[in-house]
Amino acid sequence: MSLETAEARTVRAERSGGRAYRSLFKALGRGWLRDRSQIFFTILLPLMFMVLLASVFGSGDTAASRIVAVGDVAVLDGADADEFAVAEASDLDAALAMLRDGDADAAVVQDGSTVRIYPSATNSTSGAIAEGRLSALVDDVNVEVLSAAAPGEPVLATEVEEADGGALQPIQYLAPGILAWGVAIAGVFGAAGTIVDWKRDKLLRRLRLTPASVRTFLGAKVSVNLVVAVGQTAVFLAVAALGFGLRLSAWTWFAVPLVLLGTLAFLAIGVVIGGIAQTSPAAAGLSNLVTMPMAFVSGAFYPLALSPGWVQAISYASPMRYLNEALQSVVVYGEPPTAVLPQIGFLAAFAAIVALFSWKTFKFDEL
Amino acid sequence: MDAAIEVADLRKTYRGRRTGEVRAVDGVSFRVERGEFFGILGPNGAGKTTTLEIVEGLRKPDSGTVRLLGRSPWPHSPELTGRLGVQLQASAFFEFLTAREQIETFAELYGAGQGRAAEMLELVGLAEHANVRCEKLSGGQQQRLSIACALVGDPELVFLDEPTAALDPQARRNLWDLMRSINAEGRTVVLTTHYMEEAEALCDRVAIMDAGKIRAIDSPAGFVQGLDAPTKVTVAAGQLSDERVQELAAGEPWTAGETAVVFETRDPRKLLTALASDGALDGLSVRTANLEDVFLHVTGREWRG
Repeated sequence: MSLETAEARTVRAERSGGRAYRSLFKALGRGWLRDRSQIFFTILLPLMFMVLLASVFGSGDTAASRIVAVGDVAVLDGADADEFAVAEASDLDAALAMLRDGDADAAVVQDGSTVRIYPSATNSTSGAIAEGRLSALVDDVNVEVLSAAAPGEPVLATEVEEADGGALQPIQYLAPGILAWGVAIAGVFGAAGTIVDWKRDKLLRRLRLTPASVRTFLGAKVSVNLVVAVGQTAVFLAVAALGFGLRLSAWTWFAVPLVLLGTLAFLAIGVVIGGIAQTSPAAAGLSNLVTMPMAFVSGAFYPLALSPGWVQAISYASPMRYLNEALQSVVVYGEPPTAVLPQIGFLAAFAAIVALFSWKTFKFDEL
Repeated sequence: MDAAIEVADLRKTYRGRRTGEVRAVDGVSFRVERGEFFGILGPNGAGKTTTLEIVEGLRKPDSGTVRLLGRSPWPHSPELTGRLGVQLQASAFFEFLTAREQIETFAELYGAGQGRAAEMLELVGLAEHANVRCEKLSGGQQQRLSIACALVGDPELVFLDEPTAALDPQARRNLWDLMRSINAEGRTVVLTTHYMEEAEALCDRVAIMDAGKIRAIDSPAGFVQGLDAPTKVTVAAGQLSDERVQELAAGEPWTAGETAVVFETRDPRKLLTALASDGALDGLSVRTANLEDVFLHVTGREWRG
């Protein structure tokens, strides 16, 4: 073992800048991969939300209407099995009891030429859908009968085409929102938790006393988070497309820069929280306090257009709203990046302001 | 050649909301020569760690100057930090990494080779725990890994901040051997501790610190000599008549209790020879003055390590 000369050390230190970044990136990346809670929060939790929300919002309008026929209902003979699932009841009281219990969407009685419909009040949405479908069925049967009676008479027919590029399926508006939320919690919780850990372990203090600079270390840490965000986006969109029928546009790749920018903004929020919190539970609690309202007013889980006016007003302050909108535009509607410049501008400004604020207020002495 | 460390009149005051003003470091000056084993001894809260953090360059003092190996630790310079090895009180590790991955990462930060990393794990006796995650290591093993990380850059100057705190006696002795060998290789070592016997066993010179001030600096032997305190010789009671005790004390102070007789003598050789010829050696113990007495003398307070 020998003590080196000062010149040899200087050369060694100069060569080691890029090497220090790489080794720090490797050490932090490995730590991330081995932390099961991180994998859960970043990858699994958003997927669970997608499964949950897709089944909540997605079931009503695709399944067949459940009809209870009381006695003989001739009009149902021509019904499409995709649209109607028909059960039978001995009398009207039994049928109405099924409606009350939520076991059927509508009851039908045919009395000669009168088709009497009892839509469900228990489940009014599917009741209304069943009523509409039954009315259409009656109209179809009438047209057939009239056309047979007067074969020369032209009749009007309707054809329904999908508008908005077919983006009305729930998964099409849910997926970008849940992804934006996933990116937000990964960034906020990740940064806040890391800073509280650093306060406890004094790792940063130790690293300040190595030849590597703190800037190199922070750069490596942010790089790991950005790589994680890209991986998270890829896994999420792949599962949404293959498992839930999300149709990806040709501009989907532009989700990558959007998610990177969003991650920077959310990391900055996390740094502010980590600066205030002293323990892990405090960091998690404060992170929830910030991300939950941000998610609810962002349109991530529920279309903003259907939200009350005040929610829409607050949503303008939520960075998640802009990430959600931008992702929806490029991934779902296939709009080019130029269409989301306002959202990019807001996210960038938000990230810059919060980062500056956290830099100015952060107590580096605590690290 | 410059001294390893030159510190002049460091001052640092904390202002806490509840605690008010605390003078953590209040006019500290000292100098450490190259190759020396230097100890900063003091009770908890004496200002040892703050002093060390200022010297290392982690904190800025309110006033005063620090020179490490001839240069200022502020601002951060890779040339200087590359020559320092640091072990902090908290075990500062990367989460979820094994002992080997940990030290290899530090080796890369110091621009040292992977061979050196393996060598250091071997040196601190962790070679067989190389694949264990850091959080699963025992307290003593974590401290040794921490010291291995401090040594991996082949430093000239090593700072160890209470490395043996909270360790069992066996683990503490093992670390002492390690610290001695680090110093024997020609590295300057600065150690803070609140264990008297540790400072006595390891350090060439010791600074006694209390309430933010350095009260005295000397070698452990120099302190004890300077104290000029008598040697305490104790034997079990009942072996000597009162007259014989009087005679042996020869005018020096003594106390006779129910279980033991204690002589305070400046000529322990003569007293011990006499006791031996009387055959009165049951329950014999001889205690010379130690750093505990020095601390009491220097600060006027009982030691509460």
